[in-house]
Amino acid sequence: MPTNSISPILQTQNLSLCYGKKPAFENINLAILPNSITALIGPSGCGKTSFLNCLNRLIELTPKYQLSGEVLLDGEDIHRINVVNLRRRVGMLFQKPNPFPLSIIKNLEFPLREHGIKQRQQIDEIIESSLQQVGLWQEVKDRLQSSALSLSGGQQQRLCLARAIALQPEILLMDEPCSALDPISSEVIEDLMLHLRNQYTLIVVTHNLSQARRIADQVAVFWVKDQIGRLIESGTTVQIFESPQHSLTNAYISGRKG
Amino acid sequence: MNNEQRDRSIAVSIWLMAILVIAPLFWLLSDVVQHGIGQINWQFLTTAPRNAGRDGGLAPILVSTALIVLVCLGVSLPLGIGTAILLAEFSPQSNSWENLWGRLVRLSLDVLAGVPSIAFGLFGNAFFSKTLGLGFSILSGGLTLACMVLPILIRSTQEGLRSVPEDYRRSAAALGLSRPSVLWTLLLPAASPAIVVGILLGLGRAIAETAALIFTSGYVDRMPTSLLDSGRSLSVHIYDLAMNISGGEPKAYATALVLVISLVTINGVVSWLGAWFRHDF
Repeated sequence: MPTNSISPILQTQNLSLCYGKKPAFENINLAILPNSITALIGPSGCGKTSFLNCLNRLIELTPKYQLSGEVLLDGEDIHRINVVNLRRRVGMLFQKPNPFPLSIIKNLEFPLREHGIKQRQQIDEIIESSLQQVGLWQEVKDRLQSSALSLSGGQQQRLCLARAIALQPEILLMDEPCSALDPISSEVIEDLMLHLRNQYTLIVVTHNLSQARRIADQVAVFWVKDQIGRLIESGTTVQIFESPQHSLTNAYISGRKG
Repeated sequence: MNNEQRDRSIAVSIWLMAILVIAPLFWLLSDVVQHGIGQINWQFLTTAPRNAGRDGGLAPILVSTALIVLVCLGVSLPLGIGTAILLAEFSPQSNSWENLWGRLVRLSLDVLAGVPSIAFGLFGNAFFSKTLGLGFSILSGGLTLACMVLPILIRSTQEGLRSVPEDYRRSAAALGLSRPSVLWTLLLPAASPAIVVGILLGLGRAIAETAALIFTSGYVDRMPTSLLDSGRSLSVHIYDLAMNISGGEPKAYATALVLVISLVTINGVVSWLGAWFRHDF
């Protein structure tokens, strides 16, 4: 683990997850630094998405899960924080863009109202600023009442991003945000992620090693050992890609395995 | 071109089958329209029946029918949709015992949806009219119809809610949205086509049922003054005129036409409401 004088914004300690009797991952210790992009890489099935779901307690939607270990947000155990508050502070973007089947403006307004922001002017300001941040404002400002489903895939994903940003989270969890998009939209989202790093902390699951190399500051490598997911190495992007310590990491990034 | 001939003959036979199915429907409707249209006028709709229904109009019967339908909907809509929400959203799936419970409920509802209406009529008579002491009344009739509509409505709504993609629930949860608001703003509107179908199927079944109403809301063709009064529904009136009253056939046709028009209107209104609720207009 890289030693830094900056304290981590999110930290997991010995985090282990089982679905019923089947273990998903074991003993994950990861520290995420603020205002950075951390890429979680590794082959399919090693628990990266499950791990991500534990960070905003979305795992609680799955029946029969068993979680042990701790997740600390700013030093506080996330299971002690009110879950609605937690999910406002830790936002999530899914692999497949899933805007609500409502108008564009309602997609953004609905979560804002739910979290207690009721004044019309404030709502409009936040909506405009969020759409500006994701680069959608110019494209949709004249058709905010139209259905969100009429947008293209890349636009929908940016809308979902705006929807998460509107709540002013501290951390954004992204589960392969570009894998369902065409290359041009992917590039747009990637550029966005680099911009967003200034204000938020991003944790991104990705299968795209070149993407990880391009945008990440820190990289965490997951692997399956004895049919359980494990964190085999983590460090800065330079460390992982130029001088990996673990043999499996080396094999993975050079395309020989995984 | 053997293939082309074969394709054409298949297309022709499919069209023939479709026509074969629709033709009797059209014949039936045109028969009703033909015999009934001459007698429909404003007077017919606003005066009381005279001479055991051979003359006069439909006014009290329209009112009774409307009241019965209102009682039915007023009870079955909240109860039905509420139960469906409970079954679809809040039954825990982790425990196999709970799964068994869910399956049992579903089976019971499916069986109930197929029970003949006369059985409901007898049940309504025994329970609402006798045990609860409501007698022959619009309230009895409406409640009995609600029993008939509930299984269909619950199953339809439940299926509609289950078919809403899990993605919406996940992204809503990730945004920290509360379950009731997700239900109201997202899930119910997305399920509203299924709910509309459930209402229409149930209502269609209910309004057209004569047997259930004869035993519960009764025969009286006077204008009702309260929900506890007995009242005659359109279907019962048609039955009476056609079967029991000699010379009642013309008015029976006219009443049948009014019933068909009402059903089409209700169909249209409920569908429109469903589309509006789904933000779909």
